[in-house]
Amino acid sequence: MRYFYFPGCTLETKAVGFNRSAKEAAGALGVELVTLPEWNCCGATFPLSTDNVLDLAGPARNLVSTAEAGGDTLAVACATCFNVLRRTNHFLRKHPDTLEKLNAFLERPQPYAGQVEVRHLLDIFVHDVGLEAIRRRAVPGLGGLRVAAYYGCMLLRPADEIALDDPERPGIMDALLAALGAEVVDYPHRGECCGAYLTVKSPEASMPMSYRILSAAGRAGAQVLATACPLCQFNLDWLQARLRQQYASYQPLPVMYFTQLMGLAFGLDPAGYGFEQHYVDPRPALAQAGVLGGIRSP
Amino acid sequence: MERPARAPIAHALVIGAGIAGMQAALDIANSGYPVTLVEKLPSIGGRMAQLSETFPTLDCAQCILTPRTVEVGRHPNIHLITYAEVEDIQGEPGHFRARIRRRAAGVRWDICTGCGACIEKCPTRVPSDFDMGLGRRKAIYTLSPQAVPNKPVIDKEHCRYFTQGKCRVCEKVCPTGAIAYDQEDELLEIEAGAIILATGYELYDVTRLGEYGAGQVPDVISGLAFERLLSASGPTAGKIRRPSDGREPKEVVFVQCAGSRDPEKAMPYCSTICCMYTAKHAMLYRHRVPDGQAYVFYIDIRTAGRRYEEFLQRAVEEDRVLYLRGKVSRIFRDGEKVVVWGADTLSGQQVEIAADMVVLATAIVPRPETRRLAEMLGIEVDAHGFLREANPNLAPVSTCRPGVFIAGTAVGPRDIPETVAQASAAAAKVLSLFARWQLEPEVEYAGQS
Amino acid sequence: MRVTISVEQVRSEWVRRIEEVSGQDVMACYHCGKCSAGCPAAEAMDLLPNQIIRLVQLGQVERALESQTIWYCAACQTCYARCPKGVDLPRLMEALRELAMQKRGDHLEIARLDVQALAEFPQQAFIAGFRKYTT
Repeated sequence: MRYFYFPGCTLETKAVGFNRSAKEAAGALGVELVTLPEWNCCGATFPLSTDNVLDLAGPARNLVSTAEAGGDTLAVACATCFNVLRRTNHFLRKHPDTLEKLNAFLERPQPYAGQVEVRHLLDIFVHDVGLEAIRRRAVPGLGGLRVAAYYGCMLLRPADEIALDDPERPGIMDALLAALGAEVVDYPHRGECCGAYLTVKSPEASMPMSYRILSAAGRAGAQVLATACPLCQFNLDWLQARLRQQYASYQPLPVMYFTQLMGLAFGLDPAGYGFEQHYVDPRPALAQAGVLGGIRSP
Repeated sequence: MERPARAPIAHALVIGAGIAGMQAALDIANSGYPVTLVEKLPSIGGRMAQLSETFPTLDCAQCILTPRTVEVGRHPNIHLITYAEVEDIQGEPGHFRARIRRRAAGVRWDICTGCGACIEKCPTRVPSDFDMGLGRRKAIYTLSPQAVPNKPVIDKEHCRYFTQGKCRVCEKVCPTGAIAYDQEDELLEIEAGAIILATGYELYDVTRLGEYGAGQVPDVISGLAFERLLSASGPTAGKIRRPSDGREPKEVVFVQCAGSRDPEKAMPYCSTICCMYTAKHAMLYRHRVPDGQAYVFYIDIRTAGRRYEEFLQRAVEEDRVLYLRGKVSRIFRDGEKVVVWGADTLSGQQVEIAADMVVLATAIVPRPETRRLAEMLGIEVDAHGFLREANPNLAPVSTCRPGVFIAGTAVGPRDIPETVAQASAAAAKVLSLFARWQLEPEVEYAGQS
Repeated sequence: MRVTISVEQVRSEWVRRIEEVSGQDVMACYHCGKCSAGCPAAEAMDLLPNQIIRLVQLGQVERALESQTIWYCAACQTCYARCPKGVDLPRLMEALRELAMQKRGDHLEIARLDVQALAEFPQQAFIAGFRKYTT
């Protein structure tokens, strides 16, 4: 299995551990991720105003590049990039006039016709590789590590455009984590928003939003929370220092990328996974669950 | 059209024996004409038999219904065929021929005395549809102790004899030898001059309401299930007990428009009865649990019926039901609580209630078999599958086909008084045809409606 | 205070622009309140999301633009996912933000942000934030 792969800005800089673990976990499953030549920033939000056609050019260019390179699929790890690219693709398929304008603007040899499928790695792992193959590969597995699967907004909504999972009762990441040997905990806020870019303007606005998710996962017994979005990871991780100040009884909860957990479950060396960059170090929890082998927290 | 050789048959076929079908059948039968009344379930009474008390009078539904069911059961002019479905209808007005499949009950009703010994001794318990899954019934059962006819049927999907080949307890205890495991479906042919469809409604599938728990949260129940909790003959004998742990809920949230008025995701129309039955539910809950608090989330309150507004105000003022104006966005389980996220748009605030139980006023939807019957009869249904009137203003119980009339919730959501009035109207239409046929047997009936 | 409602206001050019830029028919909203009931950011808002739509329906666009609510919408799509009328409220909020910035300039002064915190942020947070709060 071979796919063009879109890493995105954050995975190349702040979230290198996500990038590395995604590629390695994919490789362990026989999925080759070929980085899209000449990829560019997706824009980080899908433009929501009708007169903002130009902001579609950035994400569209990646779709064109995929098509030109002969790809029919663009695999994405970052949930936000996935959302923006997928919504852009959906929009262009539905609006041939805009597509025509963009094709004229981009001046590429082959006009884009909407033929590329934007897919998230979760989709590829669960549906192309299959849960059974993942289960077989999951040695040593996660040994019953209690994980809360967190989907956030970008993997789920708008449902008709994203079409990855049921937006009210998502389960694809839960299924994957269970196949890795995790004990997936049930908590009510899998699809609640963490605060997203509000943190840039006002961390105070994001705090109750992230707190709602983290505290519910904690109450459900989670030892770590898994995400596919670097912005969710940041908000949920970085804000915890403030949450500890604000809420006396708050218990820290490591926030990890689901691909980091895949790497661990597959017995890969997590040296480049960037655990040391997390604000809440996941290693003690992982070590306690016996998932990190002999590695002990500093 | 070629005129049939014989005179039209002054015999009515009524399909569905809920309150609409019963009313229509009684009106026609009491006028001296024969009626065949066909019911899918083992006994008659329909949805009304599941209700606790009726708005706005708070009459015990079972008490006002039972005289009707008994009258239907005993009426010399009513041929009642329950546990049966109409499979095919041919012919034309004045001369319809219906093929009816009466399902094998596994019990010879002609010799069964309805003593109930079989039910008592049956070792198998399964969730009861009649109790909306909140109670259990046996594998040989009647819908209720007041069932008409009061004869049991065997649920072959769950009966030990049918599934495992052994048991036969009911056969052993039956004093009249009425158990007949090898009974087969019976096909009946009946002729009728006119037909009334009164096939009723069902509830919007709650599993499609993902944001309200998709049917996965045990203490989130439908309004019809709450009726069973309120009902003295229900699974809790009228005590309010929540399904998860049987405890008495101290804070109950009622959510209106669950699947109604939602053109984007569910049904676009107003289900019309929910405002009133929710007010009734909240009121009756407070009567049963005096220290409990009832909350109602609503978009608009629609009390357009005689004494309905007064009833609502009673719920608010006397029973201190707190109405919150805003549609609920999300319901989820958190420990022992069911958390409701709503808004009170009157005060401009987002609200959260950690409730013990939630009752959803789920949308009324037509039964799938209504569409099938309509196709068979060549009459129209609307986009949702409700029967279409010949003219919604001036011919509300007629259809585009002469001799075929409609009544009750199969036509659209409506309450009991309107249903009964409509059923009587449909009966009057049939009777006017019959009277005309009697006066002028040679008349071209096809033009009448 | 009693506000005047008039045909000029209800059918103002501003309402038309907002509908055009958002691609939404604001009259489709019947104020069930489900958006406000589920909005995860409502705690930080001065007006509930449905009140913003109401202001636009009333032609009181200026009041909608003054509200902090439009800046606290995270475009999480929860409201749109559940709206019984299919009103894409995130698009409406975007149109209001654009209009507000056209009238009053950028919402976020980059120079006044906490530089220390900014150094921690992932790239996508900046890009998204700047796209929502600046022109």
